[in-house]
Amino acid sequence: MTCTRRDVLRAIGLAALGGAGLGGAGLRLALAQDVRDAAHGRYALVIDLPRWAGLDPAVRRRCVDACHRAHNVPDLSTERSPLPRAERRERHAIRWIREVGFEAAFAAQGHPLLAATLREAAVPVLCNHCDRPPCVRVCPTRATWRRDDGAVMMDMHRCIGCRYCVMACPYGARSFNFRDPRPGLAEIDPGFPTRTRGVVEKCSFCAERLEAGGIPACVEALAAELGEGSPFTFGQVGDGPVARALAERFTITRKPELGTSPHVFYAVG
Amino acid sequence: MLERMFNGGVGGRGWLWLGALGLVAAAGVAAWLRQLGLGLSVTGLGQSVAWGLYIGQLTFLVGVAASAVMVVLPAALHGYRPFERLTVLGELLSIGALVMAGLFVLVDLGQPGRMLNIVLHPAPSSMLVWDAAVLGGYLVLNVVIARASIAAQRSGEAPPAWVRPLVYVSIPWAVAIHTVTAFLYAGLEGRPLWLTAILAPRFLASAFASGPACLVLLCLALRRLGVFDAGERAVAKLLEIAAYAMVVTVFFVLVELFTGLYPGLPDHAAHLAALYAGPVGPWAWASAGLSIAALLLLVVPRARRHRLLGPLAAALAIGGVWAEKGLAMVVAGQTPDQLGRVVAYTPTATEVTVTIGVYAVGAILVTLLLKAALPAEVERA
Amino acid sequence: MTNSGPPRPPAYFASRVFSIAVAVAVGLATSPFWYGAAAGGRPARPAPAIAEAAGEACVLPLDRIRVEHPALLAAWRDEAVREGRRMRGAAGHGAAGLEKSLTGTCLRCHADRAAFCDACHTDLAVAPTCWECHVDPAGVAGGGRR
Repeated sequence: MTCTRRDVLRAIGLAALGGAGLGGAGLRLALAQDVRDAAHGRYALVIDLPRWAGLDPAVRRRCVDACHRAHNVPDLSTERSPLPRAERRERHAIRWIREVGFEAAFAAQGHPLLAATLREAAVPVLCNHCDRPPCVRVCPTRATWRRDDGAVMMDMHRCIGCRYCVMACPYGARSFNFRDPRPGLAEIDPGFPTRTRGVVEKCSFCAERLEAGGIPACVEALAAELGEGSPFTFGQVGDGPVARALAERFTITRKPELGTSPHVFYAVG
Repeated sequence: MLERMFNGGVGGRGWLWLGALGLVAAAGVAAWLRQLGLGLSVTGLGQSVAWGLYIGQLTFLVGVAASAVMVVLPAALHGYRPFERLTVLGELLSIGALVMAGLFVLVDLGQPGRMLNIVLHPAPSSMLVWDAAVLGGYLVLNVVIARASIAAQRSGEAPPAWVRPLVYVSIPWAVAIHTVTAFLYAGLEGRPLWLTAILAPRFLASAFASGPACLVLLCLALRRLGVFDAGERAVAKLLEIAAYAMVVTVFFVLVELFTGLYPGLPDHAAHLAALYAGPVGPWAWASAGLSIAALLLLVVPRARRHRLLGPLAAALAIGGVWAEKGLAMVVAGQTPDQLGRVVAYTPTATEVTVTIGVYAVGAILVTLLLKAALPAEVERA
Repeated sequence: MTNSGPPRPPAYFASRVFSIAVAVAVGLATSPFWYGAAAGGRPARPAPAIAEAAGEACVLPLDRIRVEHPALLAAWRDEAVREGRRMRGAAGHGAAGLEKSLTGTCLRCHADRAAFCDACHTDLAVAPTCWECHVDPAGVAGGGRR
């Protein structure tokens, strides 16, 4: 068979594509590395469950609102939403922190004869910032990763919205933007970006506040109102109030059997 | 091959067929543009059920693509003559299925413009990256092999020598694509229904039931159009393969039911209850009914060889596998969700339109590929 | 098959229809130039309104920032978000200790995105997606970070 011009052009084109593809992929894999932030210890949050359950509902709601307001999280589903009623959809709701029942938070760890105070408690749940986060493992573009200080981060610029991380998270901590979030925002805090439709978001342990030497918004809101009586204790696991709380109380985590090693601890005893 | 796809006529019926498909595809594009503008809120998806019809179609179509191996293996490794003319058909069906699978991933993305991030910033730990890699590789493999085979067929010569090793490679690769797709689901510790070692074998078994069934219907359609006759033995053998695969598929389902219900682990039992008694129940029961009906017809040789019952069995097999892989399994794995809520998922009109549109695009592609592959009789059809 | 000499081009290529078609195609391909000439020469260069905060120079000198701002913002994005290095070091134009922030640093001086960013971008048919997420402080009361 004679070799025509078309054959030569085809061979050159395929070689260029293949070479570029392999070379690019190889280079990328070689250079890809998990982002490290070695300056800090490991952050954790300890939640005193009975104390939280004993709070006035308005206080608990202010804690949630502090987070959502600080991060421009839209309200797409509640009666307070700026959206018209016909457009409010619970299935599109975005929540970085929320309250659920004990059964929902700790399904396998309860039992039918559990004390009423716990059984009927509203449990605050958020991203657990696991040591071995399944969401980080499955993200195809490294749009989410775990920092050395324990915070599991999101890069909204890189997320392609495949929702594999939503599938992988065992705790339901992640929310996908099914629509443009801005109509769901009664007011926009200019100190933080919003997100756009098509990306996944979640609690970030207020990484931007931690970098500036602060504490997460939810912790700050409760501390401002309740001082030492706040149910949220935030800090590094090695020393300080978190270490004390973990040493003095009986603490559980959500779904420990999965091996993710969550770092949001619930003091139940 | 490209000029053979686009030059020459397709006949009156051919233009009608392509025209109708084009309209459907255009409707799908319009629906997708609406989705681009308004986000995935136009679908029935939500925070609890975040993967639905689109990802289900990906799963089903990877199965159809993998099933080409059921024709290539007997022909290439065992010299089974009746399948030798069918291998090209299987490869073209694979190409169409893979392109559609890729399109379904595209329409499911929240930010499709950033799709290339999978290639630019791949994470080696993610099964999605590996799935994209093996599916892309299998597509290239099929295109190369099919091209060479078609060119050889046209000129009456044997295919070049380098095709043979590629054909051998395509056999384990076909198994790999559906295994990696199963790993997408089976690697998630937070989803008890999917976290099972038997998921990959289940996927392969149902693929080997539905894929040959698709090929049977394609062969019968081509024979009816007077374009290509695969021969009685080939069609009969395909249905035999589908029969055995269906037996294994149903067996695997029963085995899963035992493991879920007999020890009675709360997580597993809750998901199985949601699968059969929850919102997606009708689809699960439809899958069971269709699969068992297909099985009963397929295992009886007289029914299998029957002029009408044979194709019916094939259609039932495809329906049963589609109802499970294309919808029930994906949704049931998310029901109940991670917070124990059972949330119903109903695909919207926009979602269904996009889905049918993608299928239309795939049908157009397979039609053009067949036009390139089959002898000039196509123009007279 | 008998050999009848070198292949002749089909009659179509020598026809009048073909020549007219080529002329029309060339005309269409060069239409931007005709249109520009008819519209009165080269249009005015867009003049983005630059409101400078007193005493502060931009992050980079003008000739560089004009060309390099896409790359600069992309680099800032990865450094601030993915590597946690939000503050600029001492070296470089502009004040040290500046935050790598579109809203907080760039728009602190160039406050009105419509008069500044969009002036050139709209003219050049460039549509960056920054504002889908990042907040334009002119649209919200008060100043802002990020």
